[in-house]
Amino acid sequence: MEGWPVLTVRRLTLAHLWVAFATFGLAVILGVWQMWARSPLPAPWHSPANYYLSVTAHGVSMAYVLTTFFIMGFGYFVAETSLQRALPGKTWAWLAFWAGIVGVAMTVASILSGRASVLYTFYPPMTATPWFYIGLVLVVGASWIWCVLMIVAMATWKRENPGRPVPLAMYATVANAVMWLWTTVGVAAELLFQVIPVAFGWTQLIDVGLARTLFSWTLHPIVYFWLLPAYVAFYTLAPRAAGGRLFSDTMGRLSFILFLLYSLPVGLHHLFMDPEHSTGFKFLQMTLTVLVTVPTLLTIFTVPASLEIAGRLRGGKGLFGWIGALPWERPMVLATGLAFFMLWFGGFGGVINMSLAMNAMVHNTSWVTAHFHLIFGGTVVIMYFAIAYEIWPTLQGRAFASTKLLNLQLWLWAIGMMVMTIPWHVLGLGGQWRRVASFNYADPRIAGWGPWVVVSLIGGLILLAAAVLFIVNLASLRRATIDTAPPPFRYAVAVHPPTRVPAILNGFWFWNLCVAALMAAAYGFPILHGLAMHAPGAMAHRMGGG
Amino acid sequence: MPAVTEREVVASERRWGLFVAATIAVIFAAIVWSAIAMGLSPPSNGAIIDPKTLHLSREFTEANLGTSVTPDGAVVARIVTAQFQFTPACLVVPAGRPVALRFSSPDVIHGILIQGTNANTMVVPGYISQVTTVFRHAGDLLMPCHEFCGLGHSQMIANVRVVPPADFRPGPDGRVACAHR
Repeated sequence: MEGWPVLTVRRLTLAHLWVAFATFGLAVILGVWQMWARSPLPAPWHSPANYYLSVTAHGVSMAYVLTTFFIMGFGYFVAETSLQRALPGKTWAWLAFWAGIVGVAMTVASILSGRASVLYTFYPPMTATPWFYIGLVLVVGASWIWCVLMIVAMATWKRENPGRPVPLAMYATVANAVMWLWTTVGVAAELLFQVIPVAFGWTQLIDVGLARTLFSWTLHPIVYFWLLPAYVAFYTLAPRAAGGRLFSDTMGRLSFILFLLYSLPVGLHHLFMDPEHSTGFKFLQMTLTVLVTVPTLLTIFTVPASLEIAGRLRGGKGLFGWIGALPWERPMVLATGLAFFMLWFGGFGGVINMSLAMNAMVHNTSWVTAHFHLIFGGTVVIMYFAIAYEIWPTLQGRAFASTKLLNLQLWLWAIGMMVMTIPWHVLGLGGQWRRVASFNYADPRIAGWGPWVVVSLIGGLILLAAAVLFIVNLASLRRATIDTAPPPFRYAVAVHPPTRVPAILNGFWFWNLCVAALMAAAYGFPILHGLAMHAPGAMAHRMGGG
Repeated sequence: MPAVTEREVVASERRWGLFVAATIAVIFAAIVWSAIAMGLSPPSNGAIIDPKTLHLSREFTEANLGTSVTPDGAVVARIVTAQFQFTPACLVVPAGRPVALRFSSPDVIHGILIQGTNANTMVVPGYISQVTTVFRHAGDLLMPCHEFCGLGHSQMIANVRVVPPADFRPGPDGRVACAHR
């Protein structure tokens, strides 16, 4: 129990979260400028080179830097507060942090040089300077160290507490770490064996179909890697913040296990419109994609059921009366409500996307951009805000004097996200295609889009206001003079707290075997087939003429 | 009403579990039905071709590009998607009958959609993509490149001219081109 109950990961967590949120703030500014550039209004600095540089920076910042650093920082916090023991291997954690920083610096310098405008999804045979990819490999490498530390922390605790159930928050965090190790295999293989050798000029040709297949391995579960901290908050923070209890601990464990199983063998649904895979394998992975809705459908039962307990304890009556009785003035409760609201829209769009046939209607249109901004911005990032508000008092040793500005910030973010993405859905159905630096509004077939794009720009400006207020809120706590040491950090307790759980729900050994079998079935043949086909390679196209 | 005992909790979860199973069964059935009954399936062509010598291949030489009608009456359009233009940049197709669109890329990844239709495919260098569609109405439709292919991506747009069947008149070689109308 060395160090505990004094939080020993305070500085470690703060360092990670500040890197995450500073990057996030800059990326929001870029996003707003991109909407401006695409609108009929004249935007400053507008050129294709600047636009794609900005899109690359926006994607890399949001998808790789904000997420990875937030998840690592929050993971260290959960490991220590849920297991109530000092985190083992803190030197390694700091090493990973600095490796990640060096990686980010290399990546940012590469992007600013104009020789890495390949977007965060790479698109070989377009090729950036090798330092762009190596920087990202360093960030991923840092996250691998984090994964090992999470697994070691849980294993150490289990050895010291034989037979006791691992606290749900930690079990879920380790599920995410295990899933992330599986997830990154695809992109690591693509970068190390295909893209980086071409970027250095050691080879000239690249098998594009294989590269797309390997990237698709990563492209879906990476979204669940970002999402699972939000689910950790749904299950273990929101019920407590609302003053209730978790409806079922077992259901929580089951949901996280199902995410581990079904978020991986489904990435081919990103390639429905690709020529290199047969309809049979697309169909198989679509079927598995249908199953990945199950853990989310379980969550939208268990979490509201947990909140219902809180609402009724607070005097809510009737079928829906408990909803009004919830303490909506608490940021974690408000954020959970807003996240669920946006999850409906984003999830509905996702069901359309995964439909083998309907996908053709929306593939690579603004509909898809709307879908993932709703899921990422609307469900993931809003919960990152709420988590930060929840743990910041513990990290800083001070309490927020008032939650008014916190709640205003959450509302602004949710409203901005809806105002931005509703026009995108409409435009996507109208055939507005993706990754365009500017539209020719003089064309009568495009002119009608103008007003919708301006509305989405207004949504972007609201999001920018919310992002600024978020940083201000966190910084204000740093400067606050009221030193009311918050009570020790607590997680939600289940209605029937588990005293023992089956070994299968307390570890991941068996589930890893299941993942291996599922991945062999879903990806084994497509990858082997791709290798055996010897598709003719494509010549590298170097960005910026490097 | 709130479940209190462990048995009530489990019973409510079992009811929800059945609801979840029914929900995903309905979603799955709708997808399978649309694929089979409406004959919709993704463009999974799978044919390979060398992007480095695309212009020398039998199918994608310049003279063979554009819309043509085969002796048995099938309409096939062949298009090369390259940074940052389509060849040909204008395509004539008839309304009301199936048109097979075949694409290939000599350089990087591209993709196409035709506005107002379900025609949508990626164009991956090394492969030939094919989509078959029936255009319902006459008119000029946008066919943009929808996948980031470099700094000129936004300028990569073609025109699909859908003409009434009576106006679709192939020449003696079976070919139809925009300029010839």
